[in-house]
Amino acid sequence: MNLDFSSQVHFLLALLPESVLVLTAIVVLVGDVFARSGQSGPSPAWVRWLSLIGLAGAAAANFWLGGLGPGPATQMIALDAFRILANYILIGVALMSLLFAFDYLDCEQLNIGEFYFLVLTATAGMMLMAASRDLIPLFVSLELMSLSVYILVGIRRHDPRSSEAALKYFLMGAFASAFLLYGIALLFGATGSTNLALVGLEVVSAVEQGNVLLAGGVVLLLIGFAFKISAVPFHMWTPDAYEGAPTPVTGFMAAGVKAAAFVALLRIVGVELSEAESTWRPVLWWLAILTMIVPNLVALAQDNVKRMLAYSSVAHAGYLLVGIVSANLLGRSASLFYLAIYSLMTLGAFAVVYQVVSAGESGDGYDAYAGLGWRRPALGALLTLCLLSLAGFPPTGGFIGKFYLLTAAVEAGETTLAVVLVLSSLVAYYYYLRVIWRMYFESGTGEQAQPERLGLAFRVAGAATALGILVAGLLPGPALSVAERAGASLQPGAEVSAVTPPAPVADAR
Amino acid sequence: MNDLSALLGSHWLLTALLAVPVLGAIVCGLVREERAKHVALATSVLAFGLSITLFWTFRTQTVAIQNFVSVPWVERWGIGYTVGIDGISLLMVLLTTFVMPLAIAGSFSYIRQRQRAYYAMLLVLQAAMLGVFVALDLFLFFLFWEIMLIPMYFLIGVWGGERRVYSAIKFFLFTAVGSLLMLVAIITLASLHARYFGFVSFAYNDLVRLPIGRATQFWLFGAFALAFAIKVPLFPFHTWLPDAHVEAPTAGSVILAGVLLKMGTYGFLRLAFPLFSHAATSPAVVSTFITLSVIGVLYGAWVAAVQPDMKKLVAYTSIAHLGFVMLGLFALTQQSVEGGILQMVNHGISTGALFLLIGMLYERRHTRMIADFGGVAKSMPVFATAFVLVALSSIGLPGTNGFVGEFLILVGAFRTHPLAVFIAATGVIFAAAYMLPMVQRVLFGELDRDENRDLKDLGLRERLVLLPALVMILVIGVFPQPFLDRTAASVEGLLEQVETRALRAPVDMEQGDAFDRLPVLGLDE
Repeated sequence: MNLDFSSQVHFLLALLPESVLVLTAIVVLVGDVFARSGQSGPSPAWVRWLSLIGLAGAAAANFWLGGLGPGPATQMIALDAFRILANYILIGVALMSLLFAFDYLDCEQLNIGEFYFLVLTATAGMMLMAASRDLIPLFVSLELMSLSVYILVGIRRHDPRSSEAALKYFLMGAFASAFLLYGIALLFGATGSTNLALVGLEVVSAVEQGNVLLAGGVVLLLIGFAFKISAVPFHMWTPDAYEGAPTPVTGFMAAGVKAAAFVALLRIVGVELSEAESTWRPVLWWLAILTMIVPNLVALAQDNVKRMLAYSSVAHAGYLLVGIVSANLLGRSASLFYLAIYSLMTLGAFAVVYQVVSAGESGDGYDAYAGLGWRRPALGALLTLCLLSLAGFPPTGGFIGKFYLLTAAVEAGETTLAVVLVLSSLVAYYYYLRVIWRMYFESGTGEQAQPERLGLAFRVAGAATALGILVAGLLPGPALSVAERAGASLQPGAEVSAVTPPAPVADAR
Repeated sequence: MNDLSALLGSHWLLTALLAVPVLGAIVCGLVREERAKHVALATSVLAFGLSITLFWTFRTQTVAIQNFVSVPWVERWGIGYTVGIDGISLLMVLLTTFVMPLAIAGSFSYIRQRQRAYYAMLLVLQAAMLGVFVALDLFLFFLFWEIMLIPMYFLIGVWGGERRVYSAIKFFLFTAVGSLLMLVAIITLASLHARYFGFVSFAYNDLVRLPIGRATQFWLFGAFALAFAIKVPLFPFHTWLPDAHVEAPTAGSVILAGVLLKMGTYGFLRLAFPLFSHAATSPAVVSTFITLSVIGVLYGAWVAAVQPDMKKLVAYTSIAHLGFVMLGLFALTQQSVEGGILQMVNHGISTGALFLLIGMLYERRHTRMIADFGGVAKSMPVFATAFVLVALSSIGLPGTNGFVGEFLILVGAFRTHPLAVFIAATGVIFAAAYMLPMVQRVLFGELDRDENRDLKDLGLRERLVLLPALVMILVIGVFPQPFLDRTAASVEGLLEQVETRALRAPVDMEQGDAFDRLPVLGLDE
């Protein structure tokens, strides 16, 4: 079956994964209300299961979509391998976030249907962002995602820090949306269309004429995205929002929201606006440099693990920008690969943070981590692995991801970016290692290993995270080929110069 | 029998050598706490047995890389599991597997806490070090090079002395600075290869055929040289070494001095020289490195002479010894390079043994200050005998291994750099000036402290730990030929290769001048 959008049904089919998620979300919300029938208390267990099944259903629908060919070039909805892979990443993020969150929700009495509903709608919004090839659906889906996440950040209503974070995030987010919308308006003015493929066609002549509207539109669009991916200097909200949000939500934001914004940015900047390179490339180049250097330095001074991880996630936005600035096939594939592995390691790291907190050991400061590695070996090992991967250390997926990004930068002739990338990750070593030394080199309260109080879901998700990080680090081949195919599909019509496989080395010398 | 020799000559020996410590580490993590040390010792002895086989089956007459294998690993990036050895790496592998059982057996009574993790870390470290010495793929090399940091970081940080956290992080960051820039250089190399030959490869055998423009060579050589110089450590990149040596547990110091430092010098020989021959042999670079080496020899000796702490003293002697090695390597003559390689082995054995001896003393007295001792020879005669022998080998007394190595280096380098040799040779005298007073103040003199009066002499385990090192000190000192034989052909081949590549290095081309820019990595279709 091939979707040509000749009938309305095709639109629905092309959005099947998102539709499944939204339907699940509605059933979860309404069903939960009736099940609890007005009493406050935890949601029944089926809400959990239904959310997980909904995500699995979305993944299955996504698999089916992946079997179809790419749709017509000017359609609003993309059907390329890029979107399929992005969907898998985003569904994976939501799934892992939920699995990791169960313990926390039980502990904090947040096990309510709204939480699941909002995670599902936010995920649907993220996936729509990956699919949009038109600026209007792009904006709408961005808002769907953002609104859901604003509420999620403030879902601990009785905690003033949570509310503060939500307000800050909301104000800055609204600000960013305004920039984005204005940018869209200017682009429409410059090209006469919101359809990205048509915009892309018009851009060529607009650039030749030196169209100011176009340049302004592109820059405003970039600023809007820079807020969402928290690139320096538009990152000020990040540490506060990340710190105040319930920790599972922080993980979800750091991984999911960032991934969705990057995927959309990749599609828009890397492909549809690739002809207007002169307008966006210098902007992104400087954003990348700043975003790599500043947060890594600031993170050194943090005395709170959650804030440290927040700055680390800002720094990772810088690394990912290197992939976009490289603006080649490698850069796109590398960004996708890094996004996937970054989501995994960030989710894992935040998950450990809230296990430490919920154990009653005030977990925000570094002190709570003293001796953690000996006291709770599994948790310590998971955090160590995630931190080593964030630091980009072999044999983890984070190393392969950084290696991939570096290759893209070197190939694009951006040696400066490559050198800044490695030097700033050197700075990052220090603050990641600091947590590790707290965990292993110092002894905290109680030396004996305690029986773990982790829920089954957490164990499964933790094991999956560790396995994913190690497999991506040791046997990256299959994942790389998927990323490459997805990266290549972003560039319809462009020749993909095939490279001959390496000649087998017959004998030494 | 044919099957057996085919198996022994094959790469399976190397692969097994890498796998055995990893498996041992896993077993260490599973067994009971007090069993871990036995598992670790058995594993390291098994690895040593495997490497002995390697030593005997090694063909001395050829420059070819032996026990070679190349299996694609990440095919689209031209990365393979490529391992093999030549004479140079053979000796390094042997050194590693030789030092490891001693380090493990030397920890039996010293390490009382978290033994499973400790021995597992040691074995992982061994696998990573062996990996560095046998890897013939630059990606694989870098992988092992970096992985090695993690267990060492934990060894210093968890089981180390007072200032262990500071030393661990300093060690880690110093080494990482160099290696990260090396990573960028490695990627650039692969990218150049793809531009020149049309396919991307990280294989050593491919990259040594790559013509690299002269100006480019200096940048890339600089990135590699920084990583290696920090590891050696060459003056002025040595400041991490005294801290790491002093704070590390005994086995950590033994391995640091015995093997880890050799990874730097080995890196120069294996990668920096043949890949960037023009830069490495250019007068400016050679004279810089020779000057720094000679400064290292003198500086290490002088600073060692005033150290009150025995471990710190030995740490500074390492800087001096490695200065000699670097002098030998950069002099680039057959004799000096062979001497340098032999001296790498010698330093590993003698300094490793010195750290073991100091560790044994520390276990008894819980101090390493020279001033706290005196007349120990009366209460510990066996210890004193061993200590004197090892100290003499460290000074380079004829009849011990140290003499052979230093002599070859000086003789070999004299032809090309007489002045440097003249100055460095005074370092031998200084070596006596720091080592002998230490020996005298610790072992001889009045037995004036009560604590030293009833020190127990070495037990059976300790004697067994030291014996192999003492034997090797004398064997290499008297009969170095089997070791020199195994490196001769490889060194000759290496020097020849460096010479031709240095001459043939192209002048830099304008970008896109000679070759179309091909994508480095692309789709495999």
